Amino acid sequence: MKLSALFSGNTFQHGVHPHDYKGLTRHLPIRRLPFAPELILPLSQHAGKASTPLVKPGEEVVRGQPIAVADGFVSVPLHAPATGRVRSLQLMPSARGPKTMSLILQVYQGSSQKELYDHPHDLRQLSADEIIQAVQEAGMVGLGGAAFPTHVKMKPPAEQPVDTIIANGCECEPYLTCDHRLMLEQPDNLIQGLHLMQRALGVERAIIGIEDNKLDAAQLLQDYVSNDPTIAVKVVKTKYPQGAEKMLIKSVLNREVPPGSLPSAVGVSVFNVGTLTQIGELLPHGRGVIERVVTVSGDGVQHPGNYLVPVGTPVEFLLKQAGVVDAAHEVILGGPMMGMSIAALDVPVTKAMSGMVVLKKPEPDTERGKEQPCIRCGYCVEACPMQLNPSMLGMLATSADYTGMQENYHLNDCFECGSCSYVCPSNIPLVQYFRIAKSINRDRQETAQK
Amino acid sequence: MPDLKITTDLRTSPHLKQVVTVPQIMRNVVYALLPVCAYSVFAFGLSVLLLLITTTLTCILTEWLYCRLADKPSSLDDWSIVITGLLLALTLPPGFPLWMAAVAAFVAVGLGKALFGGLGYNVMNPALVGRAFVQAAFPVAITTWTPPFLPGRFQELIPTTLTQPFMIPPDINGWIEQQRVDAFSGATPLALQKFEQIITPLPDLVLGSIAGSAGETSALIIILGGLYLAARKMLDWRIPVAVMAGAIIIALPLWLVDAARYPDPLFVLFSGGLMLGAVFMASDMVASPVTPWGVWIYGLFIGMLTVVIRLFGGLTEGVMYAILLGNAISPLISNMTQPRIFGSRDS
Ligand code: SF4
Ligand code: SF4
Repeated sequence: MKLSALFSGNTFQHGVHPHDYKGLTRHLPIRRLPFAPELILPLSQHAGKASTPLVKPGEEVVRGQPIAVADGFVSVPLHAPATGRVRSLQLMPSARGPKTMSLILQVYQGSSQKELYDHPHDLRQLSADEIIQAVQEAGMVGLGGAAFPTHVKMKPPAEQPVDTIIANGCECEPYLTCDHRLMLEQPDNLIQGLHLMQRALGVERAIIGIEDNKLDAAQLLQDYVSNDPTIAVKVVKTKYPQGAEKMLIKSVLNREVPPGSLPSAVGVSVFNVGTLTQIGELLPHGRGVIERVVTVSGDGVQHPGNYLVPVGTPVEFLLKQAGVVDAAHEVILGGPMMGMSIAALDVPVTKAMSGMVVLKKPEPDTERGKEQPCIRCGYCVEACPMQLNPSMLGMLATSADYTGMQENYHLNDCFECGSCSYVCPSNIPLVQYFRIAKSINRDRQETAQK
Repeated sequence: MPDLKITTDLRTSPHLKQVVTVPQIMRNVVYALLPVCAYSVFAFGLSVLLLLITTTLTCILTEWLYCRLADKPSSLDDWSIVITGLLLALTLPPGFPLWMAAVAAFVAVGLGKALFGGLGYNVMNPALVGRAFVQAAFPVAITTWTPPFLPGRFQELIPTTLTQPFMIPPDINGWIEQQRVDAFSGATPLALQKFEQIITPLPDLVLGSIAGSAGETSALIIILGGLYLAARKMLDWRIPVAVMAGAIIIALPLWLVDAARYPDPLFVLFSGGLMLGAVFMASDMVASPVTPWGVWIYGLFIGMLTVVIRLFGGLTEGVMYAILLGNAISPLISNMTQPRIFGSRDS
């Protein structure tokens, strides 16, 4: 098939076009980084229950060995990212704020760190449920702030049958290129993972959605699956937030997920290409997630790149490796549109982290000018992919009418993509207002229930 | 390994920001208005130049005073006040007494903007509030027109321009008689059409060789300014388009039924203040709806109402009141046209 035939012209309405800065790293192959002397492994790197440790302080562990088991279905185990000795189990700072229980692992510097722990599966023998179980045992979590365990997403509600799997290769956040590199460098793992996913969900049709700024990856995968009638590659417009599940489903299949529903409501399951690649890579060997590709980029970084980083590596170590010099910086975990800037560098890289963007003192591009009253320009209304009215929501937030925001203006359908704040010429921190309003509403609801 | 000495800078997402700010938008509107002003000065002479300066300076001064009194940080740097000043001058007759223009400017900012709490809070377009005030206060002066392209326009002011404060401006019919080169009546195309059924030829309207308010001259320059702003996404193109469509919706059927009594749609579009109002005033961001459907309804409403007032009301020009009314109901329109939430069937 010719590449031009892949274009659908389909996309979602609204959205924004930030400069993507991907040129800094898109051409750089994935490179392995040395091990930090100590790894910090939070028992909870995912939504759901924290895992239960299997090892005690002082114990030696082998790279790849399970060191904590899942506590129930909505939970995942943890594997040792390096051969070494468990120093302690203690509360450590986390990027999300509160301190969390973490295993501290001292890495044996002399060890070759060849992966030793293995537990191969015969893939052809696995049933659907066994695949799902194997995914849980690998400790896989989805990307983004929520870090939902992947295997839970593989069990959509029975009354909502899924007919299509979408592999999300949009990577619409500026700066990030790790998924792009994975698609280029490990297409075999990606397709393998997608096949396993098709089997686990019992779904024939799979579509890989890729933004049109990654045509090389789209072409490569297209060649790869040309003999496979079940998998299609679809190129979608480069636009933020194309990689949001609901937007991508609209762009690829022209189906709209109703407010408050999951993609399975329209018969779709969406998995990130990074997740699928990991499944394809790990499942045959029965290994766990012990490292991941992280894009380190931004103008504060001397050696931007796509690095294969052991889980638990302290952010500070990673920044030093990437050549960040002493200065005032903003360090963002994730992409610049939805990521979170951190106050301290002693937090670890977690399984769900796809990027780290380090920005020098605010450039004009990131400068927050002084906040001014809303001039009702409507830019935010034109930007909101959920087709909300951020202008109105913002005005209600200023007058502290949080109930009205929720009841009349669909506050809860806002997924905090940041498009509205991005365009607002009055520099109103709309998303921040909405986050606050949501948490106040949540608190109120909880107190009302008591 | 020595520890990194990084001072971190905490901000909330998104960490990128599109670099379009309110002052930038407003400045560009001023750029788009400048050719209109320049052409108006070219057509009507020094009097209009003084008029523009008077209104703009008075607006700035009033805003400055307001910020001082209300103890607010100066809002002069957002440029919106300059727009108000220029627009106001463009809606006035070229020979409008300067002292009255200053009153109009003071009312525009004081009543139309400051009273509501400044930029962003005003319900109506401030320039039009000022203009509406002087329409009521000085009914004669506001309808005293002078023809364009008088030979002496760069040497001599229109006699009414320098009327002493609180004095009635002199009658200028005699002066116009004396000045004019051809048989120019001094009446606006709208008045000619309404009272004498004389239709001014379209090229005159497009190029602006007609009597009228300072800014009612060249539709062409106004449209070019509008296109510039629309291309930079600093003007919602749907509003002028909707206003014009609204005007045509009313004008076309009437003209088809009785072409002798009713003007043709092109005349309706290009005469009077419709073009200036549609492009630069109805589209005022602050006083127009934000919702996609609301914008269309708002524009259509203004266009239709303008023509209805012109054809069936006592006034020759209705665009000002139509826009003010449109401004007044725009919160209501916004409310009734909330966008359909992604994925939902109803709004
Ligand atoms: S973008 Fe900002 S200024 Fe414009 S309408 Fe939205 S909130 Fe108001
Ligand atoms: S942050 Fe919420 S309101 Fe703003 S554009 Fe995104 S979904 Fe819409």
